[in-house]
Formats: sequence, structure tokens, C-alpha cells
Amino acid sequence: MYDVIIIGCGVTGAAVAYQLARYDLRVGIVERFSDVACGATKANSAIMHAGYDPAPGKVMTPLNLRGIRLGKEIARKLDVEYRPLQSLVIAFSERDMETVRTLYERGLANGVNVKILDREQVHAAEPSLNPDVIGALWTDDSAIINPWEYATAMAEVAVLNGAELFLEHKVTGIVRDGDALTVVTDRGEFRTRYVVNAAGCHAADIMRMVGDDRLTQTNFQGQYFVLDKAEGAKVNSVIFGCPDEKGFKGILVSPTVHGNLIVGPNSDPVASAETLGTDAATLDRIKASGLRYVPSINFRNVIRQYAGVRPTTNVKDFVIDVSPACGRMINLASMASPGLSAAAAVGERAAELLAGAGLELRPRASFSDSRPPVVRFASLDAEGRRAVIEKNPLYGRIICRCETVTEGEIVDAINRPIRPRTLDAVKRRCRAGMGRCQGGFCSPRVHEILARELGVKMEDIRLTEEDSFIITGKTKE
Amino acid sequence: MKELICIVCPKGCHLRVDEENGYAVTGNGCERGAEYGRKELTDPRRVITSTVKIEGAVCPRCPVKTDVAIPKALIFEAVKLLDGVVLRSPVAPGDVVLADVLGTGANFVVTRKL
Amino acid sequence: MRGAGVKHYDVIVIGGGPAGLAAAVSACDKGAGSVLVIERDRVVGGILNQCIHNGFGLHYFKEELTGPEYAGRFAEMVRNTRAEVVTDTMVLDIRASADERVVSCISAEEGYREYGAGAVVLCMGCRERTRGAIAIPGDRPAGVLTAGTAQRYVNIEGYMIGRRIVILGSGDIGLIMARRMTLEGAKVLACVELCPYSNGLNRNIVQCLNDYGIPLYLAHTITGITAENGRVASVTVSKVDGGRPIPGTEFTIDCDTVLLSVGLIPENELTRGAGIEIDRRTNGPVVYEDMMTMTPGVFACGNVVHVHDLVDFVTAEAMKAGAAAAEFAAGKRVEGEVIEVRGGDGVNYTVPQRIRPGNAGRAAEIFFRTNRPRGESVIKVTSGDRKIASFRREHMAPGEMEKIIVPAVLLAGASGSIEVSVETTGEA
Repeated sequence: MYDVIIIGCGVTGAAVAYQLARYDLRVGIVERFSDVACGATKANSAIMHAGYDPAPGKVMTPLNLRGIRLGKEIARKLDVEYRPLQSLVIAFSERDMETVRTLYERGLANGVNVKILDREQVHAAEPSLNPDVIGALWTDDSAIINPWEYATAMAEVAVLNGAELFLEHKVTGIVRDGDALTVVTDRGEFRTRYVVNAAGCHAADIMRMVGDDRLTQTNFQGQYFVLDKAEGAKVNSVIFGCPDEKGFKGILVSPTVHGNLIVGPNSDPVASAETLGTDAATLDRIKASGLRYVPSINFRNVIRQYAGVRPTTNVKDFVIDVSPACGRMINLASMASPGLSAAAAVGERAAELLAGAGLELRPRASFSDSRPPVVRFASLDAEGRRAVIEKNPLYGRIICRCETVTEGEIVDAINRPIRPRTLDAVKRRCRAGMGRCQGGFCSPRVHEILARELGVKMEDIRLTEEDSFIITGKTKE
Repeated sequence: MKELICIVCPKGCHLRVDEENGYAVTGNGCERGAEYGRKELTDPRRVITSTVKIEGAVCPRCPVKTDVAIPKALIFEAVKLLDGVVLRSPVAPGDVVLADVLGTGANFVVTRKL
Repeated sequence: MRGAGVKHYDVIVIGGGPAGLAAAVSACDKGAGSVLVIERDRVVGGILNQCIHNGFGLHYFKEELTGPEYAGRFAEMVRNTRAEVVTDTMVLDIRASADERVVSCISAEEGYREYGAGAVVLCMGCRERTRGAIAIPGDRPAGVLTAGTAQRYVNIEGYMIGRRIVILGSGDIGLIMARRMTLEGAKVLACVELCPYSNGLNRNIVQCLNDYGIPLYLAHTITGITAENGRVASVTVSKVDGGRPIPGTEFTIDCDTVLLSVGLIPENELTRGAGIEIDRRTNGPVVYEDMMTMTPGVFACGNVVHVHDLVDFVTAEAMKAGAAAAEFAAGKRVEGEVIEVRGGDGVNYTVPQRIRPGNAGRAAEIFFRTNRPRGESVIKVTSGDRKIASFRREHMAPGEMEKIIVPAVLLAGASGSIEVSVETTGEA
């Protein structure tokens, strides 16, 4: 019998697991994908929003504000790639300046360090901007983060403190069972006293399993371009356009923590959370917006496009509560933007709600708030490089030449507390294959290392989910 | 009159072969092109390259080729002969893997030192 | 800072593929006392090791070799020189100033090291353009890979990468892989090319597609990829006009694999890091007639400078670069006039981009590619209003690199710059 089963190991589920790890509980996490951080967590804008955007009084507002403070602390403690970075909401017109002033007032009300910049100030703050920009909202309470590392790091701490992670377990039903619940998955059942619904794009489905049909997922997709680091070096802020009438924050241009540039996303409804394809018309639209903000972006330096689906619902706010239909289920639903920013605070909130629903939270004596260190060879200086190679010669063998990732780092990644099973999962852990050649040179090598470390055949290694096998057999057999 | 692109070298000369007149070739840049033009219409042949399994080497496959061109019609049958072949390192270019492929007189030979 | 602990070589060659091996041989021939070849892979030979097909060496060895044979011969030649070769070693950066060149690299065996060099020859080759770079929309399943990656899986590792294959792009590697996969029992359903003409060599269209009845769709592209259970399930192919898909012309091909052969990009991250001037048209360093870059003492050759279609030409270029590097290391400096070479009408780029007539010997070789297929044409070399030389061609194509040899006596008449242009007189 589990004390808590968390459904979903995106950044929200991971944050809940991280919070619960400090208590003496038996916690299980069930995740439908083959790795943690695979839904909205892996395909978003990777921004810790400052908190001027949500209106006072919304559920998300205090969680956004507390979430970025906790997130900064967690990133430092768990060595997650994180960089404080100013952000701008740029105005091209007087109408846009109205929006800027509204956001400014909201920012003040939320306690965010905001300023309104005039034309001269905004171009001094971000020289790459279109000269037609007449002003902007500015804040430095914002940051960029590696979202999948953030989620993975929290999940790793949870696992190291005893949480049990079940990957590729898709929840198909929840059965009430006296004082407990049985979470039914396609690969087994879990009896538990409490359930936390952190199922992201499928949170409404999980709610429906206990008879709560308040929410409808709306599945708004966002597509992005990732550009070479040569482009990332051109901007030093997160640049937003003004939100449109529908409240969509608009396309943004931002560096990533790795120094690339991202441009996107659109926000258009799609059939399902699995609609992750990109389309030419949307990408053209995003490109045009990006160039309007920063005319010097060279789209010849695009290295990848991707799409994510936001966990939006018919409610334009987070839905965080003890389920009115089932007192043993905590909902963390409708976690669209600023879901990443708020995650750590949502994790805390979930623990409070569990306590309120009768779960006793006794501190775990052995709790350790740490995870094994990560060697990032590319960011070491000559001395550091010498030192790590001396310790382990595999740090001296570069496998991914674009991102300077060594065999040592790949082996480390595969043997971390949560083992990646797919090439994409390895890429998210250590960046092998994430550079300009997109794994053209290194993917056969990474493939070989992954098969070796996992002790499986090359044919058994997948790119991502389902039957995404990379090779189909041996030649001449 | 038949038009062909010569595959003897990367130049890719545009050949014209006159079937009516003893397969006379024009448009060729060299004598080998003339021969190719004639052969292509009378007895087309290709050098075939493939790989076979090798044990004890830095990689699991060893590249091989036919040391002379074989009739086009025999290509698939010839490649099929390589299915069960397993070499043992060391091998060197020129080592015969399979002699007299399908009675053509061509041999499959190793093309890499492994 | 030729100080303690930093070992010094006359010539350091970065990359042990065809360019690097030939540069090393040539540098030794020219008298370099110490030469070091640094190769990142476990063996030398570079991409030739996976190019198991034949067609290499007709110019240099006067016989038709496979890629591994060609590489093997050069590896043997290097073994017979005083050049040292280190493998499994990656160069991380090059610091080059007017009188100092330091190469830092790492390997599992030796750790982190720095070497001083009298001259450096860049031979890093090129990489393939990816799906991201050409922005094919659609799902992102397994089964979409570049032709070269597929070639490595199939030819080196011995794995099949799919059974029903569509190839996007008609570059030579794509064509070669069409035949290769067919011979391994896969069905190659189509080769789809955006341009109205093929970008590969004509001989490869004949012996890789036509021989096996594989259809080539010119002026078509892939406008969508769909997935099923994580693997490619089909592609949508559309006709294009001027590169833009024409609505209503779409058709679907069921397949499990898409191979991309959509261009090669010189790999110049080290070059950029060293602050060496790059030509935006070639994506490679700007070079003089002897393959020296604009940074004294740093030379470059092969696909890192511009993408070649024949390894024989890579070898010839590398021989030139290796010899010049040896001479530079021995103290030779070239002074005097510099002529800038420009690509005019119909010419996408030229290599070299600068010629020093005083160092060109009896004639200067200029390589370039034309921008479209052409029938009977005249290649013109002019300087201002002056005509310097002209060369006739029966046909020209972007897939085939052109070479002209301009006698030095004619260059003497050029003032400041020359322009190479193409005028077509006949139909393509």
C-alpha cells in the first residue's frame, strides 16, 4: 500500500515528489512516457516568468511568485542549469504601450521589480531590437532554466529518498476501495491512500476517473524554432510581444541556458495532446514575428523545430484542490503557463492539501536534499578538464562534437538515479546530439554506449516513445 | 541510336551508341567510354560492393567488392552469397572472400585492412 | 610561449580523413621535420571508411578504388613518413596569432594537451544538413536520418535502418545509399529532389537509381511526415515551383524511413573559434592560392574549405596545402600583390578567394560551382573591363565542381581583382 501515488512526472509531478521526499511516506510515481519530463515540460519556453502577468486574485499568481523564488534556490542546490535574465514586453504602438502600462500596474501589485522603459532605454537594454520598438516593460525578476533538468533533478532527489518511479505506466482507471484507491495502469495496479493528479495534458481525464467532470482539456499547441548558438549570442533578454486580446503572451525570442536562441510559440488548438507535428504555415508566421522583434536573426542557422501542447483547460487558471468528488485525490490541473515557474510552489501546496486531507507528514530522518553531481565538460576550463580526465579517462573522449559531450558524461547520464532508456532521454540529460548536426555524427556512438550500459541489444534501443526503434535488424539477416 | 550517360568516371559523358552500326560510340571522352557504351548495350556489367561480417576487428563489418564487373542480371544473386560469410581479423585489401562468383570468374575481395 | 611542457611540431594536421592524410604526406615530402595528425575517430580515413562503393582514385591512382581502399593507401603512405598520428583525440581549440599557433586537444589516453605548431592545416571535413536545417514540417518519429548516418549504421555497424525508404535530396550520398539499401533488401520507393535538376553526379543517377528502377522526382519535395507508433509511417510529397510547394499536387508514399541527402556544410567551428575569416558563400575559410587562410600559418583543404564531389580533388588540394604549410614552418613568407577573386554571373563561389601572383608559379587553379545546369558555355575571367582568359564547356551543372587554370602571365594584367563568370550559349 502506497501513501501517495503521483500521476505524471512532468515538472509538477516531480515537484510534488520532491516535496514529499522529506516526509516518511511511501510514494510512487506513475508516468506514461519512457522518461520523466516528457510532456509539456520538455517543449515549452523554458522561462521562469517574473510574475507581472497573472492578475492578483488568481490561483496561479502567488504560486508563480513563490515558485520562481523556490526554483532559483532549488536550481542552485541541485545544480540545475539556470540563468537570471532580464525580460522585456516590447511595444510597437501606443496601443501596445497601454498594455505595457497595465502589466506594469499588475507587476507592482504583485511585488515584481518592474519598470517602464522609453524608446532610448529599451534600445540601450536590448540593442538587437527592431528600431521601431517605442518602449517596453522591463523586469529582472525573470530567469531562464533547463526545464527538463529542473524536473529530472527534483525527481532524482525523490527517487534517492525512496520514491518509486514507474515509467511507461499509463493510468487507465481509478477504483475506490474502502479507505484506499487503486490506480489501474496498463502494466499493473497500485493501491494507495492518496492520489496526486499531476497528469498535465491529461489531468481532466484523470479527474473524470473519479467522477469529476469540471474540466475540459483544450490542447493549445505551440511550435518553436531552435537556432544555433551564433544566434543566441545576439540577444540578452527574454523578449515578449504584447499579449493579444485573447491574453496570449505572444511569440517570444529568448536565449536558452545553453546559449541557443528559441523563437516561438504560436498558440492554436489541436486535436490532442499528442499532436506534436509542426507545419509550414505556422513556422512561417513565427519566423515573421521573430524577425519583427529582432531583425538580425539569421534563420539559416535554425537547427531544429519542435512543438509542445500546453495543459490548458476551459478554466483560465490553475485548478488546485482536493477533488470534490474524491477526498483522497489532489488535483493539480490546468497547469499551463506559468506552470513551470510555479512548479516548486505547487509541490509545496500539494503537500499542504494532502495534510489537510488527513495525510500525516512526519519528517524523514534520512532525507538528503541532494543528487549526484553533474560533470559538464564543455563548461570546464583547461584545469578542470585535466582534473576530470585524470579521474576518469572517459571524460577525454568526445562523442558529441557539436556540444563537446564526452563519453564520461554519457555514461554518467545513463547511470544516474533515473536511467534514461532512449536516445532522446540521453540527449536531455547531457546534450549529446542536441547541437548543429543533430546527432548526425554521434547518434550511432551514443546508441552503442546506451546499449552497452543498459546491457541490451542495439536493436532494442529506441529514439523516444512507443516503437521508435532506430534500427530494424542486422544487414544480411 | 541509343543515348547513355557514361558511368566510367565522374565526368558523365553523354554517349550515343549506334546499334545498327556495330555499336559505334560517339560523345565519349576516352576509349574506356567507347567500351562502356558498347558493353552497356550488349553485356551490361557492374562492380558490386557490399559488406560481410568480421570478428575480432575494430568494427563488425568488412567491406568487399567484386574484383571485376559482373553481369547486371547476377547482382542480387551475387550479393546473396555473402549472407553467411564470416571473416576473422586480420584481413587485408585483396584477400579473396569468395572465389569465382556464380561462375563469372570474378572474386569478392576485401577492401579494408581490418 | 614555446614554453615548458608544450611539445612543438613543424606542422599539425587537424583531421585524419583524405585531406589530412594527403596534407601530412605532402608536408613530409616538402621537408617538414615533425608532423602530427590529430584524428577524432578511432581510426584514420574519415568518411571514406564508410564509403564502401567504388569510383575513387581515377585521377590520383589511375584506377577505380573503393573508399576504404583509397583511405587505406593513404594511411599506408603516412605510415611510411615521419608523421605521427594520434587517434581518438579531439581538438578543442586553436589559438593562432601572427607568430604563434597552439592547438589544444583531449583524449582518453593522454588527457588534455597543448601543442605548438609552426603551421596548422585544417582538415575537419564537413557535416550533413539536417531535417531541422531545412525545416521539414510534420511529426518527429524515428526513421528520419541523414544519408551519411544511415551509411555508418549499415556499412560500419551492419544494421538495417528501415525497409521502405524515401530519399529526400539527390546528393551523391543519398543516391549511393539508394543502391546500397536496395542491395540489402530494402525497397527504395523514391528519390525526391527540390531542384528541377539532380545535385548528384550523372553517373550516380544511372548506376544507383536507373539500374534499380528507383523513380527520381525532380522539382518535388517532402511537405509532411506522419508517424505511427513512434516510427515514420508515410511522407507527403508535393510538386514545387521555384522551391515553393504547389497546393493540390500532394501525394502520399507509405514508408518507414526517410533519408536526407540535402547538402553538406563545411565544419568550421574550430576555424571560427580561432577568429579565421570565413567566406559566407562556401561556409569555409577564405584561402589564398596555396590554401593558406587569412590567418598566417593556418592552412585549410578539402571539404572544410568547400564541398568537393571527388576525393581525388580533395587530395590534390591537400597536397598543395601540406606543402605550403611545410614551407611556412620552415620560414617562407609570401609578400607582394594580392588579387581578389570574385564570383560573377552564374558562379556561386570561387576557391581560392585570393591569389598572390608572386606565389602562384606558372598558373593559378580556380575552382568554382555554377548556379544551374547549362549547355554550351563560356567561362570568362575578367579584371575590370579587361578580358583575361576564357574557357569553353559543353555542359555544366551545380553538382560538378569546375576547375580552370589561369596562366600567371595573364594574371599579371589584372589590377586588384578578377571576376569569374559564366555565359551560356547553348541549351542545358
